[in-house]
Amino acid sequence: MASTAGTAPLAATDPDETGRRRGPTGYVLLLPGALWLAIFFVVPFYSLVATSLFDPSGSDAKGYEMTYHFANYVNAIQDYWQPLLRSLWYGALATAFCLVLGYVLAYAIAFKAGRWKNLMLVLVIAPFFTSFLVRTLSWKLILADDGFVVNSLQAVHLLGSDGKLLATPIAVVAGLTYNFLPFMVLPLFASIDKIDHRLIEAAGDLYANPITGFFRVTFPLSLPGVISGTLLTFIPAAGDYINAQLLGSPNQRMVGSVIQSLFTDANNYPIAGALSVIMMTGIVAMVLFYVRSAGTEELL
Amino acid sequence: MGWLRKHLVLILGLLVLVYTFIPIFVVVLMSFNDPASKLIYKFDGFTLDNWTNPCGAEDMCSALGRSVEIGLLATLGATLLGTLAAFALVRHDFRGRSSMNLLIFLPMAAPEIVMGSSLLALFVSAGFAGQLGFWTILIAHIMFCLSFVVVTVRSRLAGMDDTLEQAAMDLYATPAQTFWRVTFPLVFPGILGAALLSFSLSFDDFIVTNLNAGQTTTFPMYVWGAAQRGVPMQVNVVGTVMFLVSIVIVVGGELNSRRRARALA
Repeated sequence: MASTAGTAPLAATDPDETGRRRGPTGYVLLLPGALWLAIFFVVPFYSLVATSLFDPSGSDAKGYEMTYHFANYVNAIQDYWQPLLRSLWYGALATAFCLVLGYVLAYAIAFKAGRWKNLMLVLVIAPFFTSFLVRTLSWKLILADDGFVVNSLQAVHLLGSDGKLLATPIAVVAGLTYNFLPFMVLPLFASIDKIDHRLIEAAGDLYANPITGFFRVTFPLSLPGVISGTLLTFIPAAGDYINAQLLGSPNQRMVGSVIQSLFTDANNYPIAGALSVIMMTGIVAMVLFYVRSAGTEELL
Repeated sequence: MGWLRKHLVLILGLLVLVYTFIPIFVVVLMSFNDPASKLIYKFDGFTLDNWTNPCGAEDMCSALGRSVEIGLLATLGATLLGTLAAFALVRHDFRGRSSMNLLIFLPMAAPEIVMGSSLLALFVSAGFAGQLGFWTILIAHIMFCLSFVVVTVRSRLAGMDDTLEQAAMDLYATPAQTFWRVTFPLVFPGILGAALLSFSLSFDDFIVTNLNAGQTTTFPMYVWGAAQRGVPMQVNVVGTVMFLVSIVIVVGGELNSRRRARALA
């Protein structure tokens, strides 16, 4: 639900729509929501950027001084480049796995489920209404050192006899993949479902084998869904730290966890703010790059 | 072999669907677990104790109650503000439409950690560092639920045929009558869907909440804390109930709309 919704505003600037009333009512209806977002979403970004430039010698108790201390950024990168890169890397891996799993599922629902289409679609979201943290904890149990999964993998020698999954990057990426899968499936489904089946049949009639047909017809037509799904999966996955914390070890620490503890435990607001700004900038840059190279300018 | 080839994609798709349910099975199973030790998280024996005594886990029920309370208030606030905005976007003309669209889109795309830390920076610089708690959590939740309400209600409104409203007007209904007896009932499923989505987003949120909660504990924060000290099995009871409720709502809603479609056909 959430993710299909996420793609909706992009298409909403449709100039052909008519029958919109002019006059002050529109502004009155819009004002409360717009103000809420302006005060509690836009203004905070300003506060965040300001915080990131405070004199780092200040503290919560003494207060901070605004000294345009750009060195905060240098220090943040020097100290925390590893969790930063790791977040991008884990986020990218999880997104790639989600794309593969999500494509299969979305394709099956759109083209193969027949009258069970809607039911399958609601089943995709249903598990995700159960608490994120409780679900992640149950992965902890599934991947536990003496658990079924580890024992089976050891039996077929995919894992050494003292090998384990918990507290490794594998567990963290697996957890991220699991938790953000619906963000991939829903936009993919919305895109694949719209494809005119006759185009795929036409490819078959013209002697394309199913695989060529898929890569030359179906996949390119589903590209808008691939792009919005990738973005909607990558952004929360790279920012997440619940999976890294519950399924990983300190060696898998992600940047979200660093920011959180700098804010709440260490009370080092300037560096935490700088890291947060770096992360936001990095994600915006990647999004723009991705959207551009994939050639769907209308997305943003 | 031919059968397998024909249904291969569907089978793979169903396997992925099964995979999304694996942790749910574990949650349900563990809700009946009688743990031998608080620190080792594995199934030791069957018991109904967790179900008969869900509040036996210290502090869990108060955190749960707080999450429900915040969830309901955040849903109310976000649904109200978001529905009004959705009506404005679909039915009214105003300047700055594209910046408004961007303003609504961004909170859904921004990473939670960045939203949460920005909001904290605002609260601290406005001098509310000592007042972090229930109200700051509520403000944050309304903020991030709002966009989801707008897009959900907007898509319902945009897909609506306005001939019914025109017919009502032709039959001398006043604008207020038309709104309450035609428009609102038609949009209502969208509003309801948006409210359910808001509640689950609010109820489940950890990252933004944790940054802006001060000393207040919500259910996800309780689970987070418990994960370090040993998780009480009652947490799985809550997880199971959440799953059952959502299944009833989403599958029930689906069956209901199917029945209605059949009745119309």
